[in-house]
Amino acid sequence: MIEYLNHFAQTLLATCRNVLPIAGIIMGFQLLVIRKPLPYPKNTLIGFLYVLLGIAFFLEGLNMALFPLGNLMADQLTSSEFLGINSQHSMNWQSYCWVYVFAACIGFATALAEPSLLAVALKAEDISAGAISAWGLRLTVSVGVAFGLALGTFRIVTGTELYLYIGISYLIVIVQTLFAPNIIIGLAFDSGGVTTSTVTVPLVTAMGLGLASNVPGRNPLLDGFGLIAFACLFPIIAVLGYAKLAEWRSKDRFSSKP
Amino acid sequence: MFILINLFVKQLFKSFLNLVPILAVVLLFQIFIVRQPIPDVANLIIGTLFVILGLTLFTQGLEQSLFPIGDSMAYAFARKGSLFWLLVFAFCLGFGTTIAEPALIAVADEAASIAAQGDMIEHTALAQEHYSLGLRLTIALSVGVAIVIGVLRIIRGWSLPYLIIGGYCGVVTMSFFAPSEIIGLAFDSGGVTTSTITVPLVTALGVGLASAIKGRNPITDGFGLIAFASLTPIIFVMVYGMLI
Repeated sequence: MIEYLNHFAQTLLATCRNVLPIAGIIMGFQLLVIRKPLPYPKNTLIGFLYVLLGIAFFLEGLNMALFPLGNLMADQLTSSEFLGINSQHSMNWQSYCWVYVFAACIGFATALAEPSLLAVALKAEDISAGAISAWGLRLTVSVGVAFGLALGTFRIVTGTELYLYIGISYLIVIVQTLFAPNIIIGLAFDSGGVTTSTVTVPLVTAMGLGLASNVPGRNPLLDGFGLIAFACLFPIIAVLGYAKLAEWRSKDRFSSKP
Repeated sequence: MFILINLFVKQLFKSFLNLVPILAVVLLFQIFIVRQPIPDVANLIIGTLFVILGLTLFTQGLEQSLFPIGDSMAYAFARKGSLFWLLVFAFCLGFGTTIAEPALIAVADEAASIAAQGDMIEHTALAQEHYSLGLRLTIALSVGVAIVIGVLRIIRGWSLPYLIIGGYCGVVTMSFFAPSEIIGLAFDSGGVTTSTITVPLVTALGVGLASAIKGRNPITDGFGLIAFASLTPIIFVMVYGMLI
């Protein structure tokens, strides 16, 4: 019990240390430049404590429950026994199908639980007066992350060049941006940036490194990178695509009515 | 008091719903595909409860603290009308939050060891530390610049699609010239810069600015700050790789 408390205190302390520069900057500007008190100082302070405690609990829980299990599974699923790799003959990419399914599921689930994405989605729902639903946005982004990670693991398995994939996806993003409804563009690109933080990065890194060290002919140091880039890029494509679809559908509805 | 507790329970349940998919994935795979017993069930249950509690507190604090802070600072700067101080604040917010970001520190250290193995830098601890710190400074600088550009865009009303497409073309052009060892790292670094506390603050700041300035629409103009913050690090890291 005491051990738990001790560990939790350490996590809380680390969170406070990470928040310190932000708190300092805000306080500094509030006191020296704006020189006006915050409207509800007490409420704000309590809320800030909630945030600190919340992040500490969140990280502690992840470390206790999900990370060990996720890492273990990433390990088991990419181990040579599970995949049936033997060094004599090389494998084709189909033998790894469970790895792709696992990557997609983990991507979907972690993106859905990501606090930063939750924040952006809540804000979007708030200011669009409900026109953009927080759940809808998070689901769309999660589908994007799932596809991105599946493709990313496929790339590690096949050993194809990263820049080919990135180049093609960038092209798709640019074309989509040109035609997308203006209202969604900022939000789409923002949701690409927030999908990968507290939850996704550690799990995804473990998976990438495990896969790259077990697949014959891959170098974990070179091929392990790049998964996060995929997880950032495909949500943008998913959100832009969904917005375009929604626009088409509503146009159809209007034109079909006499 | 009763209403408060009721609200809290409702929020707890919502957080629980957020976690259901992650639990389902892990359990299903463990039971049906890997077919091995789950090692530590007690820890799994306690940890999950912690995560749910943490998410609930975070959401509560978000609405009560981080969003209002970002909002009120945006309004205060808009009323003050001093562009200089707003831009200084934007830069500090981007730079200050990124330099201390734990995910970035981990990635930078890893990158340094790769660079040492690839003979890009010397095989000493000092050289690696130097490289890692340089990388972090580069990325923090790029995020600061990104927030400044994003804030300027909201104020001046520049078109977001053109800026972003321009940025992406810049990234593609740069990736032809940058050393191939740095490219994977550069693309990943775009993703790790945005932390759980920065995102709500920056989002509230952008939306607040867009609603405070006449002629701007909070939905079209308010978002996009984080978009820049995940684009510029890619370019800056490639430049760093070329210079080293």
